[in-house]
Amino acid sequence: MSSTTTAPPAAAPSKEDRRGLADLWLRSPTLGPLIALAIAVVIFSLTSSTFMNIDNMSLVLQQTIVIATLALGQTLVILTAGIDLANAAIMVLGSLLFAKLAAQGQPPLLALVAGFAVCTVIGAVSGALVTRLKLPPFIVTLGLLTVVTALGRLYSDGNSWPVTSDLLGYLGKGSYLFGQFYVTPGMFVMLAMFGIVWYALSHTAWGKHVYAVGNDEEAARLTGIHVRQTLFSVYVVAGLIYAVAAWQALGRIPNADPNAFQTGNLDSITAVVIGGTSLFGGRGGVWGTLVGALIVAVLRSGLTQAGIDSLYQDVATGLLVIAAVAFDQWARRRAL
Amino acid sequence: MSTQQHEQDRVEPGAAEPVMAATGLVKRYGKVTALRGADFELLPGEIMAVVGDNGAGKSTLIKALSGAIVPDEGEIRLDGSPVRFHSPLDARKAGIETVYQTLAVAPAMDISSNLFLGREQRKPGVRGSVFRMLDRKAMRAAAQDQLDALGVATVQNIDQIVETLSGGQRQAVAVSRAAMFGTKLVIMDEPTAALGVKESGQVLDLIRRIRDRGLPVILISHNMPHVFEVADRIHVHRLGRRAALVQPGDYTMSEVVSLMTGALSLDSDGALVDPSGHRAEVDEQGHAVAVDG
Repeated sequence: MSSTTTAPPAAAPSKEDRRGLADLWLRSPTLGPLIALAIAVVIFSLTSSTFMNIDNMSLVLQQTIVIATLALGQTLVILTAGIDLANAAIMVLGSLLFAKLAAQGQPPLLALVAGFAVCTVIGAVSGALVTRLKLPPFIVTLGLLTVVTALGRLYSDGNSWPVTSDLLGYLGKGSYLFGQFYVTPGMFVMLAMFGIVWYALSHTAWGKHVYAVGNDEEAARLTGIHVRQTLFSVYVVAGLIYAVAAWQALGRIPNADPNAFQTGNLDSITAVVIGGTSLFGGRGGVWGTLVGALIVAVLRSGLTQAGIDSLYQDVATGLLVIAAVAFDQWARRRAL
Repeated sequence: MSTQQHEQDRVEPGAAEPVMAATGLVKRYGKVTALRGADFELLPGEIMAVVGDNGAGKSTLIKALSGAIVPDEGEIRLDGSPVRFHSPLDARKAGIETVYQTLAVAPAMDISSNLFLGREQRKPGVRGSVFRMLDRKAMRAAAQDQLDALGVATVQNIDQIVETLSGGQRQAVAVSRAAMFGTKLVIMDEPTAALGVKESGQVLDLIRRIRDRGLPVILISHNMPHVFEVADRIHVHRLGRRAALVQPGDYTMSEVVSLMTGALSLDSDGALVDPSGHRAEVDEQGHAVAVDG
């Protein structure tokens, strides 16, 4: 029936199998990370008696929230074949605005609105620089990383500002379920954000355009997609998500510190890449990113409980990133 | 049925009203004049091949027809009424679709998504208007219908990721997309340039089927055998204007090539003449030789 299968039947099965595996990987990019997460959880629950404790699981989840939210915005940018090095700096500036404005006596809600607005505007600035000046996202966000970090230090006078209002700490205020499982509003907010972005990416034309632009910008233009609008909107939405991450961060640690999250940008990229989203754009998705963030948290928690030095944890995380990208490349070559 | 219709067109090209007609197109780039009073005509139900040497102004002509450039002078008519395109999007809105030689598809997306890229359909009701939800089921069904109707049989599954397809199949997706949304005509810019022999054959078949379903096609190609295989008429472009308008049956490939290069031209009777005005033909080596007439 198909005129394209010309391979001799004898050689076909093994090649077809490997093609099948690669094809499966390309079709369901979240599957690999999920399997990796499952393996990590099984291994650590065997090697450590405390790993599977409810309170430890709850802690792992709490530790994942901020990076996962940052990585959600990062996923959007990376899907367009870009990269955002400034995301954590934007988030830190947002949290400083929240905390300092409230500490200076402004209404907490106003502080929140101001922080959200500033983060979104910085996202819009990145978007404008990428789409109007046609600068590479790496350069734009590298520049903004420096600028925004400095702005944060200037604004905070180099000090950290404590959370003085219930609203600002709200996302971290939870209650215990089943005895020791700490459930916070932040968890639900994070899941809701992932759900919304997933819906937008998979069920709306905007999402199709984000993937198409990341796949092949020129082809997207030729099919009539407004490439610049799509790219710009991605950076604006990402800025908004970083503002939510800033709010999440104050819920987790009730103190806005200008020197916090200095490797947050790289940690978010790590989560995205381990989650199976391609750095070359156009492939991947948000659930992979959530799983990727969980993998990093589980790995760190499990290795800590096994008494392994945190520097070796960095080694393990780094190797995982390389392995994830290598596997992605292999699958793409194999499937073509 | 459309084949017969089209046979009639072949006999009497002047009988039907052209789908697209351009007269006296001029386009200058600084000191260079790329189009010097070029005419063009496309009749219903035909495949019009556009051939010409590099630098003949062929691609400028196509850009003018597809809206990529605005000509300085001259007129383009679509179904008899004058049109002025300021962008490819204008031309597309008027029902003109273009297939590019670079495979303009998103490789990591499936066939259905690619067919509807930039023209996605939303679900009816609140789900579509408020939640902007795409009607994936309807798009998939329409995509499958389109591929079936065009006989793109080598593609088994509409959900298949485009990068797992062969080059010919990918081009078939791009061509099907154009045929799906083109209401007036389809322009194909070297659609077989990146393809192997067998795959080119599949794409040429597809072009014929689009013509047979009533959509006229402008085919730009360097490949003479491909042109002679599918074209109903051939527009020979030379020095910024139409040098000849011929039917493939009336001339050999070498004769068309000599019209392209200017070694020969057509006199008012449609006979080949050399630059000095003597009757000529092309010998087996491809050289133009004078004949006694």
